[in-house]
Amino acid sequence: MAARKRNGRKTAVLLISAGVLLALFLVSLTLGRYGVSVFDVARILFYRFWRGVGLDSVWPMAVSWTAKAEAAVVNMRLPRVLVACMVGCSLSAAGATFQGVFKNPMASPDILGASGGAAFGAALAILFGLSSALITVFAFVGALLTVALVFLIARRAPGQSTVSLILAGIMIGSLFSAGTSYLKLVADPSNQLPAITYWLMGSLSGTQRSTVPVAAIPMAIGLVPLLLLRWRLNVLSLGDSEARALGVNVGALRTVLILCATLVTAASIAVSGTIGWVGLVIPHLSRKLIGSDQRGLLPCSMLVGAAFLLVVDDVSRNLLATEIPIGILTAVVGAPFFIWLLLRKEKTQ
Amino acid sequence: MILSVRDLSFAYRKTPVLDRITFTADAGELLAILGPNGVGKTTLFRCILGEQKRCTGAIELDGTDARTLSARETARRIAYIPQAHPAAFPFPVFDTVLMGTTHRLSPLSSPGAAEEALAEAAMEKLGILSLRERAFDTLSGGEQQLVYVARALAQQAKILLMDEPTASLDVGNRQKVLSVARSLAGEGYTVLLSTHEPQQALDFADRVLALHEGRVAALGPTRETLTEALLETLYGTRVHMLDTEYGRVVLPCDKEKTK
Repeated sequence: MAARKRNGRKTAVLLISAGVLLALFLVSLTLGRYGVSVFDVARILFYRFWRGVGLDSVWPMAVSWTAKAEAAVVNMRLPRVLVACMVGCSLSAAGATFQGVFKNPMASPDILGASGGAAFGAALAILFGLSSALITVFAFVGALLTVALVFLIARRAPGQSTVSLILAGIMIGSLFSAGTSYLKLVADPSNQLPAITYWLMGSLSGTQRSTVPVAAIPMAIGLVPLLLLRWRLNVLSLGDSEARALGVNVGALRTVLILCATLVTAASIAVSGTIGWVGLVIPHLSRKLIGSDQRGLLPCSMLVGAAFLLVVDDVSRNLLATEIPIGILTAVVGAPFFIWLLLRKEKTQ
Repeated sequence: MILSVRDLSFAYRKTPVLDRITFTADAGELLAILGPNGVGKTTLFRCILGEQKRCTGAIELDGTDARTLSARETARRIAYIPQAHPAAFPFPVFDTVLMGTTHRLSPLSSPGAAEEALAEAAMEKLGILSLRERAFDTLSGGEQQLVYVARALAQQAKILLMDEPTASLDVGNRQKVLSVARSLAGEGYTVLLSTHEPQQALDFADRVLALHEGRVAALGPTRETLTEALLETLYGTRVHMLDTEYGRVVLPCDKEKTK
C-alpha cells in the first residue's frame, strides 16, 4: 500500500511538471515585441494542427487573429521555444544519466569533454568563415570525436574504468580548450573573435525553423534508449561489482548509456553553444522532488529541464533590448540556486 | 545447488593470491571461508562470480561450467551479498531489494508486478517490511545487511555468497545476520560466508574452508577442523579453545595458564 502511495506521489510530480511545462510553453509564445494573447496562441496552434490534418476544409475554423500574429507565433517564436525545451530536456537527461553512470551527483553532461570539443569545432568553423549550418555540424562532430577519443584512451588505461574516463575527459577537455584559446588568438578580432566569444556564451538566437528537426533526430535517437534503460541505470549506480552480480552486463550498458548521453549533449551544444549548469542543477532539483530512482528521476529531469531552459530563454530574449546570452543567465540563476540546495536542510522522514 | 571448485588459482602481477583451491559446497550447508584479512577471500568470491576472469581452474554449478555463463545467467544461480557500504544515491529499501530481480527482465524493461511481489515476499520473510520506504543510508549497519540478504532472496539464486557480512556490525546485529544465514542454509540454500572470526565459523558453520597464504590450510566439519594448531598457523598468535556449557569458545591469548 505504501508503494502505491509513493507511486501516486511520483505520478503527481510528473503530471504537475508536465502541466507547468505546457503552461510555460503557451505563455512563452505570447512574449515578444508583437503582443499576442495566450488564447490567440492556443487558437493559432490549434488552427495549424486543424489545417495540418486536413479537417479545415470539412469544418472551417473562424480566424480571429491577424496574419502578423500568426507569423510571429509560428515562424518566429515556435521554433525557438521548441528548441529551448529540447535543449533543456536533453542536457538534463544527459546530466542525470552521467550522474548515475559515474555514481557521482556532481557529474554533468560535459564531464567527458563534449563541450570543450564542440567549442573547438565551432571556433574552427568560424575561423574558416563557414556558414552557420556548418558551424553546427562542426560543433556536433567536435563533441562526438572528443568523447570517442576520451573513450579510447580510458579503455587502454588499467584500473577502474570510470576513474580513467573522468581523468581522460578532464585532460582532453583542457587540451581542446587550449586549442580554442589559440583559435581565438589567431581569429580576426573585428568579426571572427566576437562570433567565437558569442558562441561560447551559448545562445538560441540563431534558431531557425530547420533547426527543430535537425536537432530533434539525434536527440530522439539518444533519449529513447536512455528512457528504456533507466532501471538498469539504477543498478549500474551501485558500482560495477554489485551490478554485475545482479546480472547486468556492465561494460556494454555503460558504453550504450555514455554513447546516448553524449549524442544528446552534442546535439544540444551544437544548436545552442555551451550552456552550463542545466545538466547539473536540474537532476539535483528533480532528485529532491521525486527521489533517486531513475524510473521517476529521468522523466522528471527532462520535464523540469525543458521548463527551466524555456524560462531562462524567455528572459534572455525579452529582458533587455539586446539578447543576453543564455549561458550567462543559466550560471546567474544556477549558481545561487545550487547554493540554496546545498544549504537547505534535508527533510527527515 | 552444488558449487564445486577445482584447482582454482589466481595471481596478481605474478604474486600468487589463490593457489590451487579445491572444495565443494552442497545445498543446505553453510560453508565458512576462514582466514585472516587479505588472504584472498574476496578474490575467491570474485572468481566464482565470474567477475575476475584471469583465474585458472574449474568452477562448476551443478555440473555446468560457471566460467562460460553470462552475468545474467550467473545472477540466476549465485547471489552476492556485499559488506554494508555507503551508496552514491539513497534509494528506498524497497527499490534496493527490487534490484535483485533485474536478471529476470529484458534489458529494456523495468520491474513489474511479479518482481514487486518477489521483493515484497523477500522482505516479509526477513521481517523488514516496515523498512520499505526508508532511504537505505538512514538504516543501521545490521538493517542494511538484512536488506542485501532480502535482495539476494528476491534474486531467487540458490547459492549465496556473503562477503564478511558482519565486519562492521555490533554483537547483536552480528548474531542476527548470522542466524539468518544459518536458517537460510537450513532451507536448502548453499551459503558461503567469508569471515576472519573463527568464533563465528565455530558457532554457525557446518564446514569450514581455512585459507592460509592463498592455499587451503584445512577443509572439513567445523568442530573437527578448527584446532588450536590451525588457528595459530592462520593468525600467528596463540589461541586456546575452551569447552564451556555454552559451546566451544575461541580465546586468543599469549599468556600461559595462571595458578
